[in-house]
Parts: sequence; structure tokens; C-alpha cells
Amino acid sequence: MQNESRLAVLGAGHVGPVIARLAIGAGYPVAIATSGDPDDIALITELVIPGAEPRWASDAVADADIVVLAIPLHRWTDVDPARLAGKVVIDAMNYWPASDGVLTAFENDATGSSEIVAGRLAGSAVVKALNHIGYHELEDRARPSGAPDRRASGLAGDDPAAVAAVAELTDRIGYDPVRLGGLPAGRVLQPGGPVFGQVLTVPEFERAVHQDARSLR
Amino acid sequence: MTLTYAFGLDTFGDREGRADGTPLSHAQTIRNVVEEGVFAEQAGVDFFGIGEHHTDYFPMPAGDVVLAAIAARTEKIRLGSAVTVLSSDDPVRVFQRYSTLNAVSGGRAEVILGRGSSIESFPLFGYDLADYEELFDEKATLFAELLKGGPVTWEGKTRAALLSQDVVPHLESGPFPAWIGVGGNPQSVIRAARLGFSLALAIIGGPPSRFAAYSELFRRALEKFGQPPRPVLVHSPGHVAATDEQAKAEFWPAWREVIALVAEERGFAIPTEASFDREAGPDGALYVGSPETVASKIAANVRALGATRFDLKYGLPGLTHDQLMTTIELYGQQVVPRVRELLG
Repeated sequence: MQNESRLAVLGAGHVGPVIARLAIGAGYPVAIATSGDPDDIALITELVIPGAEPRWASDAVADADIVVLAIPLHRWTDVDPARLAGKVVIDAMNYWPASDGVLTAFENDATGSSEIVAGRLAGSAVVKALNHIGYHELEDRARPSGAPDRRASGLAGDDPAAVAAVAELTDRIGYDPVRLGGLPAGRVLQPGGPVFGQVLTVPEFERAVHQDARSLR
Repeated sequence: MTLTYAFGLDTFGDREGRADGTPLSHAQTIRNVVEEGVFAEQAGVDFFGIGEHHTDYFPMPAGDVVLAAIAARTEKIRLGSAVTVLSSDDPVRVFQRYSTLNAVSGGRAEVILGRGSSIESFPLFGYDLADYEELFDEKATLFAELLKGGPVTWEGKTRAALLSQDVVPHLESGPFPAWIGVGGNPQSVIRAARLGFSLALAIIGGPPSRFAAYSELFRRALEKFGQPPRPVLVHSPGHVAATDEQAKAEFWPAWREVIALVAEERGFAIPTEASFDREAGPDGALYVGSPETVASKIAANVRALGATRFDLKYGLPGLTHDQLMTTIELYGQQVVPRVRELLG
């Protein structure tokens, strides 16, 4: 089944190209953009993300159904919330003060980083996903549906239709989607959480989440 | 055309241990690193690199001083940083230190510039991590100017401007080799090409084959910017012992411990024995095993990635000086000749 959803991946650093390649492999039309001129990433796109279309961020987002935020968290306020209104937004970003610098807005342990992102994107349906498996492993560990060594990828969001769209994307790029609940439930996917950096089967993933104190809400 | 390959060893000044597990002092570790560099030349290694770190388990903030000590006792081995955290340093001072090392060593200095994935230097020297991208871009641009030799005129936001400034010591015979270390961000590959640096791929996790497109990206980007062809090197961690079993038994507990130390700040997962076996296997990023195992893996990846140099980052906090000397001996005397043979 070919999906009609179009993706805009914002960020051409470590993470963006990996997610873009996986989505292209799964049959999604994918545009990729940075904060600058698409000409600057034309060569990167041709050689590292073949099949993606380099575009200005505003154009890529305007034509997309799903927007993937794959930029450093300290730069994310460069993104204009008005342009993302009405879109499904995948927050694949993580907050690591020791490598990104301290960001006051994210220095609150009681609130997940995606909740803070969503707070600025009132018109968008934010889903936290694709943030907890390392970018260096995400392609290598992807497996088709039903493969015996298929692994889990968690997601969390408040909008059921958006969660369904991201769960489908997760499944088609090679992971069993594990729906954790509303956006606050996505805290278990963060750095320091029970599944961060882990590539687990669904039972292992669920066990890790249940054993974590933070899941006892 | 016959390619000329070179093979190096890198250290972060990993704080060494005694056989009973207690740590050596920082000072003794540094003296041991000098011995290791000298021994690397005797073992037939082409390059010895020291990575800048500022922690209790990597007490190595002034690698250039250590390299100068090695230079005084060696004749042929090339000596360089692996890496210098340029973002939190002054490019003029970095140039001066390595131009001095180049003078001391009779033209054997190199430098690998890093943006700073090892970020303890930022608060230490009063830099804001959020600025790392701008800091590195500006400073790498200035460093490229300094390498050309002659008076430098430069203006930016991150340090004082220079107006026809003569920076000494002058280069004796053109620029020394300078690389930019890249950890997987394609935009960093483009920057290295644009500024005219060689490309150092730091591959510390996951399948190395995913970097193959980066070598091609680098080659095409050099063409696009009108730069001459430049080499690609691969830097990866590892450990060599007589057998695969012995190498893994020595390396794994120390690897688990050091990754646990950096896991929190860098967002790494703490490795499990299964994830370690994966990384140490044919498709992973760690070169841990017997000389034959390590040589086969190096040859395969050098070929796959279009590299002409491979630098093995040897040692880990807690390993003993004797274990490291064995790794160096096996690497220089068995692994490197075997890789050359495999590469034809």
C-alpha cells in the first residue's frame, strides 16, 4: 500500500538524513530542508539521501502532511510555529544540556521536552517519536514487519489521528510502534529514561518502561 | 595508481591502571604515553595522535607538549592531535603550537580539528555550548588562512581581528597536514571540503559502511569548491591481543566502564555484552581481537570507505601500560603489515 502522506524533514545533520532515507525506502515522498538555501544541501541530498528533494524549509513544510523536527534543540526556535499549523509534527529532538548547552525552557524535569515543544506549536499535532534509537543504529536495526528480530520504537502524542499516522510511519520504516499514551508519557523516551539509546523488542521495551519509576504516574 | 596507505595509533591519555586495578597518577600516565609514542615508531606505526581531553579519566589537555617529548626521541613517525577541540581554543595559538611541533620534529606535525563532541572544554574555558557551530566554523576558517603562511588578515565574532598579522613560527616547507574530524554530520563533510581540509571520519559506533557515501560526498564537494583531491582517514577504537578472547576479556569491562561515565552527558546507552559483541563483530565499529581479526576488519573498511589512512584509538582508562604496549607491538608488527598485504 502506497501512502499519500508527504514528509518534510527539517535538519540535514546526523539525524535528518537517516530518517529521510528510511522514509524514502518505505515509499514516502520526502523533502529535506535546513535553515538555508536548498542549493547548499543539493550535493548532500544527491549522495547521502538519494530520492529526497532539497527545498526551502517554508516550501517543504507547506506541502507536507508530516514534518520531522531533526534539528539541534537550541536552534529549534528558529522554526516558525505558524508554518507548522495544521501539520503532524514528529519531535525527534533530545535535550542534552552537556552537549547542547543549558536551555532554561527545558530545565524542568517534571515536563517532557516534547511537551515544551508542543507548547510553542499550538496549531500542530505533536508526536514524540524516533528520538530514542541512536541515529547510528536506526537504519541498521530496521526490519520488515513480522521479522523475528524486529525491534520497538516508542511514540507518544495527544492527537489520535497524528499518533496513528506516526505509528504507520514507524511500522513502515522498520519498527514495531509502541504507543505510550499522551505527550507526557513520552518522557520515558528521553535521555536518561529506561529505553533511551536502547534497541529492544516489544516485550523488552514494555518491561523497561513498566519497571521505570516514571511510568508509575 | 598505487595508493599509499598509512596506519596510526591514537590515545586520549586514558588514565592507566595497575594490575591490581588501582589507577596510576595523571603524571605517570603521561610519562607512559611518551614511552608508547616512542615504541609506536619502533613497532613500525606511521602516525601517533593525541586527543585533547580535560577529565580525570582522560587527563590530556596539552597533547602538543607530550608530542614534542615524543618528537625528541623519534625520527620518522608523524605526530599530531586527534583531535584538537578548536571551538574552545584560539586558532592562532593552535597554529603556533603545532607549527612549533612541526619545527621540533623536522616537519612531522599534523592536526585534526574537532568541533567538540567531547565538550568538557567549553565551560572550562568560558565558552557557551550553544555557540559550538559558529565557533567552529569561524575558527576553522581562520585556521585555514593561517596554514597558507604569510601575513593574515581576518575578522570575525569569536576572537580579535587580525590585520596583516605575521604569525610565527613560519612554516618551513608549506602547510602541515590538517584534517577536520567528522562524526557523521554531512554538513561537516561539506565544510571540510570548502575550507580545504582533509577528512577524518570518527566512527565509534554502528556499521562503518554507512560512511561510504561520505567519502564520495567529500570527493564531489572538493571538486565543486575547486579544491585538489584530499585524503580520507578513519579513526576508530580498538584493542589487539594474542587471541580474540583475550582482547575482548581485557577491553570489554573497561569499555563498559568508560561508556557508563560518558553516557549521561553524551546521551549514549550503557553497552550490554550483546551490543558490545555486535560492535566488535564484522559490521561494528570496534576493532577488538587478534591481529588477524583486526587486520581483516581494517582492510575491509579502508577499502569500503575509500580511505588511505586508518588510526586505531588504543587504550581505555584502567588498562595497564603492559597491555597497551602489547597492543602497540601487535598493531605495528602484525596488524599493519597484514592490512597492507590484504589491500595489495
